[in-house]
Amino acid sequence: MKDFEPRIVCYVCKWCTYAGADLAGTSRMKHQPNTTNIRLMCSSRLNMEQIMESFKDGADGVFVGGCHPGDCHYLYGNYKTQKRIMIMHRILKDLGIEPERLRLEWISASEGKRYVELVDDFIESIKTLGPLKLSSNGNSIEKEISTK
Amino acid sequence: MKRMGLFICHCGTNIADTVDVEALAKRFESYPGIEISTTYKYMCSHPGQEMIKESIEKYNLDGVIVAACSPTLHEVTFRRVTRASGVNPYQCEMANIREQCSWVHTDNVKATEKAERIIKSIIEKVRLNEDLDPIKVDVKRKALVIGGGIAGIQAALDIADAGYPVILVEKDPSIGGHMAQLSETFPTLDCSQCILTPKMVEVASHPNIELLTYSEVKKVDGYVGNFKVLIEEKPKGVDWDICTGCGECSDVCPISVPSEFERGLGERTAIYTPFPQAVPNKPVIDTDNCLKFKTGACGLCSQQCDADAVTYNDDPNYREEDIGAIVVATGYELYPILNIGEYGAGEIDDVIDGLAFERLLSASGPTGGEIRRPSDGKIVEDVVFIQCAGSRDPEKHKPYCSRICCMYSTKQAMLFKHSVHHGQPYIFYIDIRSGGKGYEEFVERAQREDGVIYIRGKVSKLYRDGDKVKIIGVDTISNKPVEIEADLVVLAMAMVPTPGTDKLANTLKVGTGTNGFLQETHPKLRPLESITSGFFFAGCAQAPKDIPDAVSQASGAASKVVGLFSGEYLQLEPTIATVDEEKCSGCRICISVCPYNARVFDEIKGIARVNEALCESCGACVVACPSGATNQRNLTDEQISIMAKAILSVEEEE
Repeated sequence: MKDFEPRIVCYVCKWCTYAGADLAGTSRMKHQPNTTNIRLMCSSRLNMEQIMESFKDGADGVFVGGCHPGDCHYLYGNYKTQKRIMIMHRILKDLGIEPERLRLEWISASEGKRYVELVDDFIESIKTLGPLKLSSNGNSIEKEISTK
Repeated sequence: MKRMGLFICHCGTNIADTVDVEALAKRFESYPGIEISTTYKYMCSHPGQEMIKESIEKYNLDGVIVAACSPTLHEVTFRRVTRASGVNPYQCEMANIREQCSWVHTDNVKATEKAERIIKSIIEKVRLNEDLDPIKVDVKRKALVIGGGIAGIQAALDIADAGYPVILVEKDPSIGGHMAQLSETFPTLDCSQCILTPKMVEVASHPNIELLTYSEVKKVDGYVGNFKVLIEEKPKGVDWDICTGCGECSDVCPISVPSEFERGLGERTAIYTPFPQAVPNKPVIDTDNCLKFKTGACGLCSQQCDADAVTYNDDPNYREEDIGAIVVATGYELYPILNIGEYGAGEIDDVIDGLAFERLLSASGPTGGEIRRPSDGKIVEDVVFIQCAGSRDPEKHKPYCSRICCMYSTKQAMLFKHSVHHGQPYIFYIDIRSGGKGYEEFVERAQREDGVIYIRGKVSKLYRDGDKVKIIGVDTISNKPVEIEADLVVLAMAMVPTPGTDKLANTLKVGTGTNGFLQETHPKLRPLESITSGFFFAGCAQAPKDIPDAVSQASGAASKVVGLFSGEYLQLEPTIATVDEEKCSGCRICISVCPYNARVFDEIKGIARVNEALCESCGACVVACPSGATNQRNLTDEQISIMAKAILSVEEEE
């Protein structure tokens, strides 16, 4: 059987984490290829519904990257993100999805190394968790989204 | 349906070695909406750009995806290409398959798969992109410079010389800043006053500069090109319009308090001009110490004044100004000696900071340029300079290097030797940092010609020993303990932002970094600009720097302002928040989450609008909006959703 290769969507802010990922590239720091970045202006641009939908669409993990507290390009967007992620962790638990499948990290534009380490660590943790199996093909999430 | 072209770059071998670009191009040939899918060795080169232009024409494209490097690098390039072909530049996006794919992965199959995911998500984004035009706003062509030190002076003069009106606001009664306190400057030993005072006079007499000293910026509203600034002119107690600046008022004033300008080594009266070359050369009344204000008695200065200029008024004057751009040049202060216990915490008279020593060196200083001990006025014979007093000390004080101390202590040791020929200057240092034009040679000269003794090591302790100050340290080169009995100790205190910089930064809505200095957008790409548009930095408010650097930065900031003023209007990024008026319920949650006051309530329609010039595109309000009425242009919820779907739908190769 083929090894499990997790599918991971990363929602990252343009100013810090996306730039950190670029720095990892210019520094040629290797990491596993399971993640793909979606560039947002700020991590606070990410909707909670979008996180849900990502899992529904087949993501085994969702990674969110923002600026360090106090460094947000938009002053305090990352604090908003943090609150939302905390709520999401509780919702995921209620839905029977391991909260560890959703991770928020602060990675600055100068932290290419940190980006690589955290992405690899997240991929490993998702590999340990195995593929996300939604009960009745994600109906519970569909319901959760439609009742919003 | 959108007709899109996909242009995949080899980047020489940078991408093509890891990602199978030809296979990718083939895979996307039949992808919905893709009219042409092709590759080229260097897409950013002239032939590459021409190829895109030709394809746009040939296939009548209205969407362009360039799969190459990071958008940070070449988004501007390819959007220019797109625009040149008559397609809206916001219909061009980059898929980052170099920095975020080929450079970080080694497995060809997996890297190619990842590149496919990245490209697919960008294709889907472009499919839903709309044509956008930069937002145009008018510019008020008048600049505000905050801070009248050498940086503020230079910025004001440069902007004014370019023909634009400038208001220069200074919190003290005179401009000049710390440079006015200096004796001579390294490495040329130019007299500081001789370089500075002509510029101060030029500021005062420049037809395009309005000088507001003893004033502070209290409030800033608006946005780049259109700020409304509230300035407080503090009560001076003297009507400057009729005051002749003769100085007879301070001659008769009976009060004597330590002078700030002389760093406490000299005195001033309650009605005073801070120093003889002050600009404007008019006095203010220090209401905390003036007898008239304290007891109601006295009034000697008023009786003495022939012009009847002494008013004792104590009401500030407020004025509102329309400003297009703001230069912040609020400078530095020295970290207080009080904070350093091991160096006597300010309790030993003969331990002073570097600026106080400048006053002792200055011919116009409290001792007339003779180097006398503050305690008893005896001529100093042995003087010890201690470097990094508070700097480079992350455990207890400031982690950073203050950059100029090695050089000014060297200069001070030299000038001391020129004044007291039989004296001996010692400099305790960690490292001598003499990076700068002519700086290393200057340090060499101090050792060779003036016999300055450099001791590598930190002073562990100093204390009063009779009429001397005993210094205990270690020379870490010879590894021997050092004891010196000095007449005077000069501490090269860390430079810190001027007290109140944090408060001003809040008022202006510009950021500060971990050490309290103003935060530039990017140290290399945009070193002079704040993250909030319309603010520019000059001098030590941004980081410790010497006079040449402060002046260069000031001229740079000024040219940024002039650039901003020279266009017909300002162009701002249009990828901002928008409101569907039908859906907006007027709940105002967006207003509470917006960090820029860009969301405003329309009382008539009962909905929340977006101030397009203020919006910085963070998208926080889009997420906060409970009715889905707010969206972000060219990064809508739908686009984010479909991008994620695209990423997740790429099948693994068996």
